[in-house]
Order: sequence, then structure tokens, then C-alpha cells
Amino acid sequence: MFRNQYDSDVTVWSPQGRLHQVEYAMEAVNLGSATVGLKCKDYAAVIALKRASSELSAYQKKIIPIDDHIGIAISGLTADARILSRYMRNECLNYKYSLDTHMPLNRLISMLGNKMQLCTQRYDRRPFGVGLLVAGYDENGAHIYQTCPSANFYDCKAMSIGARSQSARTYLEKHLDELGPCSLEELIKHGLRALRDTLPPEVDLNTKNVSIGYVGKDIKFKILEEGETAPYLALIEGEERRGGGAAAAEIEAQPADPLRGDRPEGDDPQDPVPTVAMDTTE
Amino acid sequence: MSSIGTGYDLSASQFSPDGRVFQVEYAMKAVENSGTVIGLKGTDGIVLAAEKLILSKLHEPNTNRRIYNVDRNIGMAFSGLIADARQIVEIARKEAANYRAQYGVSIPLKYLNDRVSMYMHAYTLYSAVRPYGCSVILASYEDKEPNMYLIDPSGVSYGYYGCATGKAKQSAKTEIEKLKLGQMTCRELAKEAAKIIYTVHDELKDKNFELELSWVCQESDGYHVRVPDSVYADAEKAAKQAMEADSESDTEDM
Amino acid sequence: MFDPMGAPPALWHNGPTPGGFYNFPAIQTRPSEPITHSKSPVTTATSVIALAYDKGVVIAGDLLASYGSLARYKNCPRILKVNENILLGASGDYADFQYIKSFIEQKIIDEECIGDNIKLKPKSLYCWLTRVMYQRRSKFDPFWNNIIVAGIQDGEPFLGQVDKLGTAYTDRAICTGYAAHIVLPIIRDFLDKNPNPTQAEAKALVLKCMEVLYYRDARSFSKFQIGIMDKEAGSSIEGPLTCEENWEIALVAKN
Repeated sequence: MFRNQYDSDVTVWSPQGRLHQVEYAMEAVNLGSATVGLKCKDYAAVIALKRASSELSAYQKKIIPIDDHIGIAISGLTADARILSRYMRNECLNYKYSLDTHMPLNRLISMLGNKMQLCTQRYDRRPFGVGLLVAGYDENGAHIYQTCPSANFYDCKAMSIGARSQSARTYLEKHLDELGPCSLEELIKHGLRALRDTLPPEVDLNTKNVSIGYVGKDIKFKILEEGETAPYLALIEGEERRGGGAAAAEIEAQPADPLRGDRPEGDDPQDPVPTVAMDTTE
Repeated sequence: MSSIGTGYDLSASQFSPDGRVFQVEYAMKAVENSGTVIGLKGTDGIVLAAEKLILSKLHEPNTNRRIYNVDRNIGMAFSGLIADARQIVEIARKEAANYRAQYGVSIPLKYLNDRVSMYMHAYTLYSAVRPYGCSVILASYEDKEPNMYLIDPSGVSYGYYGCATGKAKQSAKTEIEKLKLGQMTCRELAKEAAKIIYTVHDELKDKNFELELSWVCQESDGYHVRVPDSVYADAEKAAKQAMEADSESDTEDM
Repeated sequence: MFDPMGAPPALWHNGPTPGGFYNFPAIQTRPSEPITHSKSPVTTATSVIALAYDKGVVIAGDLLASYGSLARYKNCPRILKVNENILLGASGDYADFQYIKSFIEQKIIDEECIGDNIKLKPKSLYCWLTRVMYQRRSKFDPFWNNIIVAGIQDGEPFLGQVDKLGTAYTDRAICTGYAAHIVLPIIRDFLDKNPNPTQAEAKALVLKCMEVLYYRDARSFSKFQIGIMDKEAGSSIEGPLTCEENWEIALVAKN
């Protein structure tokens, strides 16, 4: 593979004004399994596809509760996500301790963004190799935020990150107008359909590999696992599927990189291809 | 840039044989990859305008603003890496708060500019960190006097009557130079700023963008705020009309 | 840095000093100066009165800052409009109040800069002040104040008080200092008879109370401010107002 002399450190700008280390970190997000986040007027939901690292292991948790009004779904390095979630929990608790109210999402996320940025500017750090979809409800309503290893974050109507998430984004863009007024149940159905679109045809969503998290007006953040997801899965069962990511021959039972909660795509550890890295500028 | 790739361009703490610090120049390249931002000084205040490129339909309209408040009467607009720039916003706010705690009045822009540019400059001195990948425009209206500075990733800053940074800074500067900056009010400048952003926007390379407009002026009582909806609508309308008139004359030429 | 008068500098960074006791790393055995704290307030302001009515709150305090029993400064406002939701009044050490005030004002500026349209609410400020006051008292260095937070939250009037020990409570009528003894019974009596006063009634009552205070409290003053926050009409701080005074009765008083 082409060795790039400007990609060894996060402190090195390339002649084009790019930060390759940061872009590579963005790739780590694409190695994690897909997650979908979406919101309607009063509710926000995250739906995640779980993977098991082996036949014998349990499925890796993908949704982490932060506070009564916030939860996150992760894609990328699980261990990095735990650092971030601990930080977010801490900030939410401190906010509640000193101001006796829930922390507004945008304030939490911009603090998180500033924390993550520090790791992209110092020689002795590396960027966080995880992307988050943050679902929350505050006095400005329901929110879905996306955060990236580049320390950028976006306030989204709906979003999907992780492996083959493009198909989910396509679904979401297509149904964007339907999301606004819909009910929580409808919202979760849309989320499940979007997530299903990321799967290769021979795989389907089931109670083992799906987690659903939601929060909204008058309801605290709640995670549905295993059997609890069954009623929602039943709602979309038997529907015709748009072709998902056909190329991939992965999913179920391949062993994972032991360092990675989520399994990488393909066979062995491979160099990420920098050309597909997301633009870190905007 | 003949010395590119010769190994003298990997660290901010290293000069090339011809006396340049390439890492700083590369950081400036990052600024040039991002949406255009301009600042115009009028008789009664300053107008800031930004071309915010829209990356995805799934994003909310107001995400990733490029114009922030540092203090009630100080605005900051930037181009470059947003995450980097937010860090600069943060330290500028701290400087402003600190000054107020010490002296009981809001920080003079001259002083804030000094502090922020010193801070950015410090990141061009060491190999352990990288220079900031953003340029920022600071604007204020203090004691009936508008002030504006532009700080580069190198930490160099100048005061300006009109300035531009980002993707299309060259063509934006050309447009700005056509204006009679010393004689125009902020209301007029808001329209001009919108026109410039619309003109320099490259439809072929970047599809959608959102115009951001803010001002700090007499009309806003010296506060830095987004321009009122009516002013925004007028400015956008004027810009779109100017674009149409432009494209019509283009077709006539053909 | 070398200090010609003091101890010689350390041999290396964090190392031993010539002639000094050796300090094991990470153990600080600094022969310390005694830590001193204030044991009483210095320039003080007297009572604050606050009362909630059906659609808002009224809060009042006079303009005097006393130096002991000396009426030292006669134009020291201490009713503060924090934002559209909150009024604040403080009695006790005036310098401590000013310090807290500058803190709160910066909080509001920070919030405006964030620009997310989320405004500090009275319960939040009340909670924050409780934490600050309790923390300071736990360091044996309290802010010597009684602070009343008044405002409207979720359409309901709110009143809360915090003292220098971090003790905090909410009520429909709150008075600090001398007024807690001499004025609060008057207000409670009034509320028993008229549990839902109108703004006009509440304001009239507070004005009356300021007058009673002026007659009875030797540290009070005739000039005062009154802040009103109303669900519909918004907020204002009026003043300086002046108590009507009549001391003819003094001729009759004995002792």
C-alpha cells in the first residue's frame, strides 16, 4: 500500500491541509456495525445492530444510557466509547447537581466536541476511534446528534453511522418528511427498516442482534433488548426489503478482532483506504 | 513549494532550508478548503457573513454554525476546521470572561485579538502540537467604533475594513474592494455581504449552502447578533436577484 | 526564581533546598501560615422582603450599606434582575454580594453566547447558590449573605432563600435578617386572610412592610428598591422609592 509520509501523527498537516490520522480514525467508525438514529417531534430513537465476537460470546452492547434524558448508540471502538460515555454521564450529573435540571443536549455535545478536539491536536494522543449517535430530549425538544472522531458533531434530523450505513441514510433521506409527525412506534419502525437496509440479503434483524433505545416527552431513556424488541420486529416482518449491501459476506459468526468490540469488515485486519475518508473540514 | 516532501515539512518546530515553516502553510491550506467567510466594516458597525456548506440532507439547518458570540458585543466568524475553531471560540470566551472579572468592563477587541493571536501562534512553535486549522474574524462595536481583526493559523493578525477567508477568499476580496466601505451602513452592507457570498459560491463543486449573517452595530445596540429575519430576507433576496441578473447578462453575451 | 531575602532556591526542580528539610516527593510538609477566615461581615446590608402573589413575585430591599451601626453608604442597590425569569435580592456582607453578583452576571453572558435560547431558571439559580454557599461554609469561609431568589418558572411564582450556611428553603413569603422577625408575621397574617393577593395588594403590603422596617430596624433606611416580576407584564425594578416618615411620635416616647 502507498505509504504516506504525512499520516504518521495527528500533529502533521499534509500539503493539502488534511489530517490523515484523523481521517483514518474516521474509518474506525465504518468498521463498527451500523446504528441508526432518528427523531420525530416528541421522540428520539436509536437502533443498533449488535455483533457477537464468536459463537460462544454474547452480543456486544451498542447502546449506552447517559442520563434520564440522553442515550447513545456507538459505532467503532467500544472501549473509546466507554471513555466518552463516562465523561458524558459525569457532565450530566454535575449539571444536575449544580442546576437541578437536565443538561441541554447541545451544551453537552459541544463540551464533548471540545474534549475530543484536544486529542486531534497533540502528539501524545490519538483521536477517539468511535462515532456516536446521541438521542435525547430537552426543553428544545427531541434531538439526534452525530459525533465523529474528527471532533465534529452534527445536529441531525436522522442519521446512520457504521458499516454499510449508506443504505440506511438513503432510506432515511427518502422518508425524511414522514418522520416529523409520526408516533414513537412508527419512528421505531422506520429505524428498523433503515437498519435492515444495511444488511446483506441473507441476514435479517432478530431479537438477538437488535437493540432499540428511545426517549421523549415524559418518557425517560429506555433500552429494549432481546425479547423486548420482538413486538417491534414483528411490525416490520414480512415487508419487502430493498436490496441491502450485497457485496458483504460478513455478519454472523466470524471471530472478531479481540481489541475491537465490533468486528471489522472483511477478513483480516486491513489498512483503511484513505481516499474514502470523510472530509474533516466541515 | 519546491521543498515539499523533502522532510522539512513534517513539524511545526522545523524550518525548511529556505526559511519557511511548512506545517503552518499546510494548516492555511485547511482553511482554504472550507466555506468562505467575510467581514465588512461600515460606518455604524460590522457585518459578518459565512457560506456554510451543507453536507447532508439529514442535518438540521442550524447545525455547525460558523459565527459565534465571544461576548455580548463581540462576534467571531471562522473558516477551516470547525472543531479547531470551536476551541478558539472557547479560549476567546475565557479571555473575555477573565478580563471582565478583572476590570469590570468588556474586553477591548484590540486586547482580545492580541491574546487570541498569541494563543494561536503558540501552536506554531512546537512539534508536540499542530497549528490550528482555522482562521478567525473578530468583530466588535465599542464606544461607537467598529473594529475587526482577522487571525490566521500562523497567529498573524491585522485589523481590516473588509476581509475574507476560506475557499473563495480571492474572489471575495475582489468583490469587497469594489465597495465603498467607509461610507456604507450595516443595513446596506448586509445586502452586499449576502451578494458576495452568493457570487463566490461555486455551484459546481459544492451543491448546497446556507448563508449566515450577523452584525454588531448601532442598530443592534452594540450587541453581536444574527441579523433580524427581515434584514436577512432582504439580503438574501437582493443576492438572488443579483445572481439572476448576472446569469441573464451571461446568456445575452452568448 | 531566586529570592534574595528568602530561602535559597531548590537544587533542581522540586528538589531539596540547601539547608532546608528534605521533602519526600509528593509529600507537602509546608510550614504553613495559619489560614485565616472572616468571622463576621464588614459592610452589611439589612433585610430583604419577598412575597409571591398569584401571577408573580415582589421583592424589596433598602439602599443602605452599614459599617457596624454606622449608616455608611446610602446608595447600594441589592435587588438584581438576573434575566427575564429571575430577580435576586441579598442581605449581609455587601462585598460578598457584589462578588456573587459578578459571577451570576458572567453566567448569564455565557448563556447568551451559547445562544440556544435556554435561559437560567429560578430553581436552577437557587440550587446553584445553595451548592456554592454550602461549599464555602464547608471550607469555613462562607459568603456572609442571605440570598433570596425570586422569579417565575413554568408559569408559577418561585421564591427560595439560601443563607451563609447553605441552608435553603422555599416559601410563598420570605424575609431575611430583622424582617424575618418583625415583618414576616405581618405578611403571614395577611396571607391567612387573603391567600391569593393580586399584584397591587402584594406590592402595597411590601411597601407597608418597608415602612414598618424603617421605623423598627435601626440598620434600615428610607430609600429602597422594589422589584416585581409578573407572568404577563414582565419585570421591573422600581426605585429608589422613599418611605413616608413621621417621627412626631418620638416626642411621646419615654426612655
